[in-house]
Amino acid sequence: MSTPTDTSSALSRLTPVLEGIGLVKTYGRVVALDGADFALYPGEVLAVIGDNGAGKSSMIKAMSGAEIPDQGTVRMDGQEVNFTRPSEARAAGIETVYQSLAVAPALDIASNMFLGREERKPGLLGSVFRMLDGSGMRNKAKEQMTSLGIGTLQNMGQAVETLSGGQRQAVSVARAAAFGHKVIILDEPTAALGVRESAQVLQLIKNLRDKGMPVILISHNMPQVFEVADRIHVQRLGRRGAVITPQSVSITDVVAIMTGALQVPIEEQTLGPVRVPATQEGPIKSGLEEASAG
Amino acid sequence: MSETTTATSAGYDAAEEFLGRQSGLQRLQTVLHGYPWLSPASVLILATVIFALVAPNFATLGNFGTITQQTAVIGTLAIGQTLIILTAGIDLSCGAIMVFTSMVMAKTAMESGMNLPGGLALLLGLLVGGLAGLVNGLLITRLSLPPFIVTLGTLGIFTSLTLLYATGRTVRSRELAPVLKWLGKGLDLGGFTITTGVLVMIALYAVLAYVLRYTAWGTHVYAVGDDPDAARLAGIQVSRVLVSVYTVAGLIFAVASWVLIGRVGAASPNSGIDANLDSITAVVIGGTSLFGGRGRVVGTLIGALIVSVVESGLSIAGLDQAYKRLAIGVLIIVAVAADQWIRRARA
Repeated sequence: MSTPTDTSSALSRLTPVLEGIGLVKTYGRVVALDGADFALYPGEVLAVIGDNGAGKSSMIKAMSGAEIPDQGTVRMDGQEVNFTRPSEARAAGIETVYQSLAVAPALDIASNMFLGREERKPGLLGSVFRMLDGSGMRNKAKEQMTSLGIGTLQNMGQAVETLSGGQRQAVSVARAAAFGHKVIILDEPTAALGVRESAQVLQLIKNLRDKGMPVILISHNMPQVFEVADRIHVQRLGRRGAVITPQSVSITDVVAIMTGALQVPIEEQTLGPVRVPATQEGPIKSGLEEASAG
Repeated sequence: MSETTTATSAGYDAAEEFLGRQSGLQRLQTVLHGYPWLSPASVLILATVIFALVAPNFATLGNFGTITQQTAVIGTLAIGQTLIILTAGIDLSCGAIMVFTSMVMAKTAMESGMNLPGGLALLLGLLVGGLAGLVNGLLITRLSLPPFIVTLGTLGIFTSLTLLYATGRTVRSRELAPVLKWLGKGLDLGGFTITTGVLVMIALYAVLAYVLRYTAWGTHVYAVGDDPDAARLAGIQVSRVLVSVYTVAGLIFAVASWVLIGRVGAASPNSGIDANLDSITAVVIGGTSLFGGRGRVVGTLIGALIVSVVESGLSIAGLDQAYKRLAIGVLIIVAVAADQWIRRARA
């Protein structure tokens, strides 16, 4: 594993995958975002933490098309983008996993993974009879599960309601990883899960990072954040309070930064990238996102 | 799970063994969870066997033919109802739409009416059915009203439209265009008479079974009924799916009206009064969940057949038809209770 010192020149050339500059969002008289900045670099896990009402979700929604910011700029790979709907962000390669276990329980694993992006059989069966490629989708789902190291799920024809909470969340993460080729956002992915199941999801996040996929993790759980994050974005009062690393600050200090009891001088913050991205290849772009039946 | 694993290592494995062990009842629950139409199928076979033993004239080819013919109208109507119930909706107006479109088909083809060619009158009826379904779908999605309330309202609206349009008059057989009576034609297969209406119903079941099982739209129908929020987050346009479901169902109700004209040999504004509840009965007995997302159209066909078998069996056995309502009433409650139980199954 490379250290920041010997690769600083490579790091300085990196452009943020996803960047927000001076984002403002108000709901009536309530100010959710008050000129917030944000940057996610290639290949890193960026945790976003903050008190309730600090504007974490508003900021993430502004980046993923769920909300339109009143002011400010969002850039992907340095290019300005204006998402007005989540489907636009999704088309650009940003996938979101929600805490509410957003899967359809009666459908099987493969159907859930391809929900809304089903693939049809080639030839007349697909074009005229609109027949879905059931076995093809199951095989691809299986490949995706294997490549993410989810070995506990073997039968892709199994109904999701027969799975544990952790396994359901694994299906959501695998779906995001299958179709998100740029950024994966996880919004409190372990909030509904037990300890053992949370550990599985954290392992998935590490596997994603090892494949070179940038991940945004929104979480309240400090030990989890410290376990997987490369950098930690602390949101405070609608702005970026500080960006630090798990190595530079203790958990107690992070809580103090969140509440405003502790200020971090700008020169002690980690606004730039710290991780050299793994080369992105293989299963992440395995072609799952290629031809999907609309 | 084998018995030997517990012998080799104690403790943890013993607990796993306990968790993995399934009672016979649990195994049944798991099987029914995977194949929800198995229970109505057993009820159908059981009812047929019992009536065959009790009533000597029941198990004849001729009677089986009659049973399929008696199933045709509600059986067709219930296909549309199944689609709607799969989305966790309900349609109380389906019978009213069917009767209304049957009057449209019959009257527009009459000489004293618009004198349209029979085929055109038929198409017009199908169009009116689709539009009626579209209206239901738009009211439900645009105004965010519960399907029960919307269709209770449109039930009244379509019923009164029918009465006003028909001016209380039945269109008799000799006034009907031949195309409209075509679904009443019988084909004799060695004592077993099947009508074209029954064939149309079976074809429609086959098409819908295919569409629900093998197309993206079918998957979306299940997903929307199962968990609309999850469907929305997956990028499915839930309102669009719902509107399409109600529109397709309206079209199917119009086909049912064609079957109805063929079966009755006339078009009467006063027919099909209980058709809405009968179609819901067929769907529910057929194992489709009223809470959406679960069920198969083939179950609905079995459900509709159960009702006809009970009806026919009771009358051939010389028993009071009141027992039919009793038996069907019990079946409905058993079916919904079974659905609740099956939902709790874990693989």
